[in-house]
Amino acid sequence: MEFSELIRTGQAQAELLRGPEMPPLRGTLCVTGHHLLLSPGPQATPDLWLLLLRSVDSIEKRVAGDAGTITLRCKDLRVLQLDIEGVEATLDIARSIEALSSLESVITSFPFFYRPKGLRLGESWHFHPPERYYKRVARETRAWRLSEANEDFSLCPSYPRAVIVPRTVDDDALARSARFRQGGRFPVLSYYHAPSGTVLLRSSQPLTGPQKRRCAEDEELLQAVLAGARPGARGFIVDTRSAQAAKQARMTGGGTEAKSAYPGWKRLHRPLEREGACILVHGAEGTDSTLLVTSLAQLILDPLSRTMAGFQELIEREWIQAGHPFQLRCAHSAFSHTRPKHEAPIFLLFLDCVWQLGRQFPLSLEFGEGMLLALFDHSYASPFGTFLCNSEKERCLCEVRTRTHSLWSGLNQPKEQRKLRNPLYAPNPLAIWPSVEPQSLRLWQGLFLRWTHPPEPSEVAWEKVWQIATDQEKTEGSQPTDSASEPQP
Amino acid sequence: MEHIRTTKVEQVKLLDRFSTSNKSLTGTLYLTATHLLFIDSHQKETWILHHHIALVEKLALTTSGCPLVIQCKNFRIVHFIVPRERDCHDIYNSLLQLSKQAKYEDLYAFSYNPKQNDSERLRGWQLVDLTEEYKRMGLPNSNWQLSDANRDYKICETYPRELYVPRIASKPIIVGSSKFRSKGRFPVLSYYHQNKEAAICRCSQPLSGFSARCLEDEHLLQAISKANPANRYMYVMDTRPRHRMQSWWATQKDIGRIILNAMANRAAGKGYENEDNYSNIRFQFVGIENIHVMRSSLQKLLEVSGSRGLSVSDFYSGLEGAGWLRHIKAVTDAAIFLAKAIMVENASVLVHCSDGWDRTSQVCSLGSLLLDPYYRTIRGFMVLIEKDWISFGHKYSDRCGHLDGDPKEVSPVFTQFLECVWHLTEQFPQAFEFNEAFLLQIHEHIHSCQFGNFIGNCQKEREELKLKEKTYSLWPFLLHDQKKYFNPLYSSTSQKLAVLEPNTVSFNFKFWRNMYHQFDRTLHPRQSVFNIIMNMNEQNKQLQKDVKDLESQIKQHKNKQTDGVLTKELLNSVRPESPALKTSLCLKEQTLLPVKDALRTVEGSSPADNRYSEYADEFSKAEPAVVSSEYGVARMTC
Repeated sequence: MEFSELIRTGQAQAELLRGPEMPPLRGTLCVTGHHLLLSPGPQATPDLWLLLLRSVDSIEKRVAGDAGTITLRCKDLRVLQLDIEGVEATLDIARSIEALSSLESVITSFPFFYRPKGLRLGESWHFHPPERYYKRVARETRAWRLSEANEDFSLCPSYPRAVIVPRTVDDDALARSARFRQGGRFPVLSYYHAPSGTVLLRSSQPLTGPQKRRCAEDEELLQAVLAGARPGARGFIVDTRSAQAAKQARMTGGGTEAKSAYPGWKRLHRPLEREGACILVHGAEGTDSTLLVTSLAQLILDPLSRTMAGFQELIEREWIQAGHPFQLRCAHSAFSHTRPKHEAPIFLLFLDCVWQLGRQFPLSLEFGEGMLLALFDHSYASPFGTFLCNSEKERCLCEVRTRTHSLWSGLNQPKEQRKLRNPLYAPNPLAIWPSVEPQSLRLWQGLFLRWTHPPEPSEVAWEKVWQIATDQEKTEGSQPTDSASEPQP
Repeated sequence: MEHIRTTKVEQVKLLDRFSTSNKSLTGTLYLTATHLLFIDSHQKETWILHHHIALVEKLALTTSGCPLVIQCKNFRIVHFIVPRERDCHDIYNSLLQLSKQAKYEDLYAFSYNPKQNDSERLRGWQLVDLTEEYKRMGLPNSNWQLSDANRDYKICETYPRELYVPRIASKPIIVGSSKFRSKGRFPVLSYYHQNKEAAICRCSQPLSGFSARCLEDEHLLQAISKANPANRYMYVMDTRPRHRMQSWWATQKDIGRIILNAMANRAAGKGYENEDNYSNIRFQFVGIENIHVMRSSLQKLLEVSGSRGLSVSDFYSGLEGAGWLRHIKAVTDAAIFLAKAIMVENASVLVHCSDGWDRTSQVCSLGSLLLDPYYRTIRGFMVLIEKDWISFGHKYSDRCGHLDGDPKEVSPVFTQFLECVWHLTEQFPQAFEFNEAFLLQIHEHIHSCQFGNFIGNCQKEREELKLKEKTYSLWPFLLHDQKKYFNPLYSSTSQKLAVLEPNTVSFNFKFWRNMYHQFDRTLHPRQSVFNIIMNMNEQNKQLQKDVKDLESQIKQHKNKQTDGVLTKELLNSVRPESPALKTSLCLKEQTLLPVKDALRTVEGSSPADNRYSEYADEFSKAEPAVVSSEYGVARMTC
């Protein structure tokens, strides 16, 4: 397919309004295969304004006299207004943007064309495979193994090739358990909590159905989990749905684990108080709220996941590779007129939770708000390939790893660090339990009011925080002789 | 101490009102003449000043004992379980007596002794000097002068002795005007803007039932208007909601017309003029509700935020229903109007409400705070409170319920002002020299009655009570501890922040958790950016100073002797002794260690043992205790 077929006009004169506090830009507007460009002419200081068409959520056009107005509402919640000379030009540009911003094909999307200077293809892609996490677990315990039963994605299309399972359970049993779980998502290790030797597992709902079916291998698998933990360990199955919803799911073939079939495990539909127990988390499909719960639990418990590298690994492992269907969920954002059923801001919800956590423990996360904003932006529209597709299987088919750049290599460039890091970070080896009372939760202004609210005073203040923190490092590191002249020989 | 029957009760339980697992601490309860003290098994002390107690309740007996719930004016709520009902009853009765004093002389300030001699005490009282403050504004000048009309509180009992009025307003005019205004509170200057030559003036409402004119009052307004050479019109700002004033508004307009008529007539020296010429007084209504609405609004707010197991939607609908933030916005909007009138239009503004000591104080002081960066410093804020609140007769003792009196007079007007200021500090993190702790500490002391500043309802009453001889001023104590109250992000030189233009869209108003839940530790962030920044800033300064000291020492030595070896020795010998260097080194190491939980429960009202003292300790030690004590959560690790 040629993009040129979709581009109806070459260029037009336009004025761009970018919201309060921002000066309007005038210049030549131009639509390309992936971008909307505004070139203000040679003497202007910001020489080019660029918008990834993929980030347009909704478009509205109005014409009056011999001019037109296009309002673009973006997935990052920004609202832009373009005043364009010429009715024809306005309509053509609007139609071009409409067509190009809603292209479904993955392999013609911008990440497959994006070749930034300073980055090499294939970099950082092998940064966070499950093998890496398994090595960490294996250092602590021998109760788990890395299984490649899903090598060809036949057991579970939304799981990665390799998953971590109890050592005593063989691949055949995994295959049977997979058949008993929705979408083949059998229980796998999500997190190993070394201090207590307990584990966090995730899966999808069991397909018990109205006949209350059982699966011996699935029961064995959970039994093996308890056997592998310390003697007498107990387990909790946290069902993220309400008890009512879980019961109803039985009518459509889903359901919950029967108490009698899983001795040692207790089912809950509410938050769990602190106990040293093994946990299995699932909702229905196990690709949304399940991941939300397991990844947040890790941030609270695991100091490593609160580092820059650890957080990237967490997102890679618990969201991307764990099969959160990013392409479906993030196809549109708040402004879209059409609302497909499979679209939902689950990942944004996760980022907001992390932000709340960061607000309550401002010294304990190595990354700052900038990192969360970047993840939000890139999950909806990005020049990088990291959030493309819905699963590892799809990413393999599209050759995402070899043909696009990884977001992590983009973010880990030194020039990005000041924006993404938390200058006050001090490693905190403990669990960070947040308060969830309503009085303790805040509106994430930095995200929801990013474009409407002049952020200036707080940005300047943040700059000052950086400055104080860097001064601290500098003065601490400096030797008295640095500034004083060397003693005379 | 005739009210105290039981001084000590053992095995008392203190419940955490927000803990989900019904956790409690067991300890001993002591009753002293001034405080209720609870010491738990970890030797943590919780001090409650009797004056802070707003309400004591004895609930129905339970199996574990008799519950005693104490609500404090600083928004602390404690829930004790006393094993024996008899003890509970005794304590309950004692607290009822001790928390409500009948006369001023029984307040804590009259017995509080910080071990200062008389001259120190006097110097403390002289710290904030309003004569100096008017001088700072550039007064007196060719248009404004000090009036001695109220030198003996003859004209207005609730005004201070020193008042600034337009130079052309003679004493008969002032006297005449004061008779026309409620409680004699005639229009006087509150703040003078030197560059704009415009003034903020304040007064009370014209007397009700008025139908005729008051020539003197008209004269005085005219004089205020004329005292501003930059603008020919002035604003009269009524801070009350218009709907309550519907009928009154008509009269007010008439008054305006009469005044304007009169002024125009006199100016033109002939008969009645047409209405176009009367445009030099503009009336502005801003809807700030009265003290009763505010009192019940805060009550509703506290009911919502105090309920257990509150859902997010209940919290927000409760917040909306209480209307508290709406009132905060109304006060802020009024102050913005005031500041804009002066900055943009160069116009003088006369502010009033009913009596001119509640809403008028809020609007005048907040408006000045927006206009003048001085009031955003620690010292300047003290001056502002002293001027617009204390000296102009905000009735602290009535509004805070210092004495056992009419509960309908109690209202959180000053709390509201502090909250408006807090909202500004949130919106302009670099515009204020002081931090939130400063505001909280002032709030603590308007109720504590530990210092004389806020006792009484006006200056005349304070003089009669001989407060300056018998009690201490709060300000020197705050200033002494000012390190605790510095805002590390403060930028005193920023031109952008000279005049603040806050944005009052609704989402900028949020629940002030650190005020209304200041003692509910579990609701707060467990680590404080503010503390760490403050520490870093202080350490940076210290380190830079050390570097400079060392450099100059090296130079000195080099001048004395050219032996390089000695210089090196000097370096080695000096460096390890530098305390800042040492501590900054251990900062990195110690943060890795879990440190035992430090509960923030020690509060009294003395600045020496208040809840920020911990910060001060951490501060002086310059150790990472900030980080580690915030790790309090460690307690709860798996």
